Amino acid sequence: MNDKKNGFVSRLLIILVFVFLYAPIILLILFSFNAGNSGSVWKGFSLHWYGELFHNRLILQSVYTTLLVSALATVIATVAGTFAAIGFFAMRREIRGPLVTVNNIPMMNADIVTGVSLCLLFVAFFGFYGSFAHWFNGVQNFVHLKEQLSMGFGTLLIAHIGFNIPYVILSVSPKLRQMDKNLVDAAQDLGCTWMQAFFKVILPEIKPGIVSGALTAFTMSIDDFVISYFTAGSSSSTLAMTIYGMTKKRVTPQINAVSTLLFLTVLILLALINLRESRRAAKTCP
Amino acid sequence: MKNRLSRLAYPYVLWMALFVVAPILIMLVYAFTSADGGFTLANFLRMGRYSVVFVRSFKLALIATVICLLVGYPISYFMSREGPGFQRTAMVLIMLPMWMNFLLRTYSWMSILENNGLLNRFFRFIGLISAWNAAFGTDINGFRMLNTQGAVVLGMVYNYLPFMILPIYSVILKLDHSLIEAARDLGADGAHVFLKVTLPLSLPGVLSGITMVFVPSVSTFAISQMLGGGTQTLLGDLIEQQFLGGAYNPHLGAAISLVMMLIVVLCMYVMNRFGEGEEEAVIL
Repeated sequence: MNDKKNGFVSRLLIILVFVFLYAPIILLILFSFNAGNSGSVWKGFSLHWYGELFHNRLILQSVYTTLLVSALATVIATVAGTFAAIGFFAMRREIRGPLVTVNNIPMMNADIVTGVSLCLLFVAFFGFYGSFAHWFNGVQNFVHLKEQLSMGFGTLLIAHIGFNIPYVILSVSPKLRQMDKNLVDAAQDLGCTWMQAFFKVILPEIKPGIVSGALTAFTMSIDDFVISYFTAGSSSSTLAMTIYGMTKKRVTPQINAVSTLLFLTVLILLALINLRESRRAAKTCP
Repeated sequence: MKNRLSRLAYPYVLWMALFVVAPILIMLVYAFTSADGGFTLANFLRMGRYSVVFVRSFKLALIATVICLLVGYPISYFMSREGPGFQRTAMVLIMLPMWMNFLLRTYSWMSILENNGLLNRFFRFIGLISAWNAAFGTDINGFRMLNTQGAVVLGMVYNYLPFMILPIYSVILKLDHSLIEAARDLGADGAHVFLKVTLPLSLPGVLSGITMVFVPSVSTFAISQMLGGGTQTLLGDLIEQQFLGGAYNPHLGAAISLVMMLIVVLCMYVMNRFGEGEEEAVIL
């Protein structure tokens, strides 16, 4: 169609938006190679800040925390979310409706509200537990319970699992709906127990949904700042929290170096995923 | 079979009760109690003192949403008219920045907008600053851009623009083309086709885009901290201060959070009333 073509002005607008989106990122990457310690004055090429980065214990520790909490939360949320999605799917509509609404709350709500409400829950629980432990330690002498609990890796993990599960359910549920329901019945008619039917029929059918759910969960975890900020306490810190702390103090090109490495990681991951997908497509339709 | 499988959801139902419903109930309790535990409405009354913050939050989030819409809609529309190869590349290019943490993207604007930052250096280089000084008789070394409301709005637009483009684009792409052709066959010109067919049919995408930009904008605290330099306190900053900042008062913080949650619910409700269905576009 001739009239579908864009004119010069609309093309220009698209290009301008891309410049707007990418100029800051490119500048950020460029200045990570700056010899000087400024984000705006170029003093020559150097890898100095990368060296500094790998000696910064705070950053390395928070990278480790981020990867650990994301990996654990992804695995747990993927398993739990898949089971939950299957359970929801098998429920009657009247029961499922309200449950799905509750499930949607963490996705819809502003992150800060989710974070704050979890923070309050943990504080309230710790207060409750503290008085219980005090009483318990008073009435017996065999076991000594810690009376002072505080937020840390455990609460961070709970929060991450909590906001990941809805995304897993979200990507598994459509696959369940698309599945041919007769398959499960057929498998059982042919002598499968329902456990076997689950592992041999349902699971292979919904596997793409599970994989994409896990990927979404992992990226959500890696990317999260606000909820972690309110639930990690002072003892553990994710990379995003460390970066936020650094931007509040003084500007250092170490942040630029972190950004460059993260951006490269994302690019490589995306390229790998695309490569795998195109290879699979080439296999299935020669 | 079906009923037995539904048991698989029971652990998660328990989880939701503990970690979704209970936290909100506790927030409610905190919002309506004082530090000594008695019932009070004082937390909500105290919010009147922060009406400036409320107004500022709404104003900035609204401006950011409108800018995102004014830029995002034409972009989505033009993109959908390009070839499939261009569209695929453009999609990747729009989603790619979202993979980078928003703190880093916001941070990069800090070094661009600084008084001695890249943009001011550029202005000085092309002689804009001296021209400005000559024209207005001022003696400035650069424009003050960081720590202004404009910078905060810019940060919101920059971070959340993809959230506006993606849902609108996916709705426009799915539009039934025969409708447009029918309109044209019946004698509508380009502007009419757009106003009477494309625009109304793409409204669900627009609505979910508005929600997806407005909600994070109105609740942000990192963007206003970094680009507003603490001078532009928003609702998010206010909440943050009550929990982790100097002004420790979880009861007031819970009350403000509750108001924030009501704003989100209201936002969703209004959007759902306007755009029937099209739930997929909301989450993508």
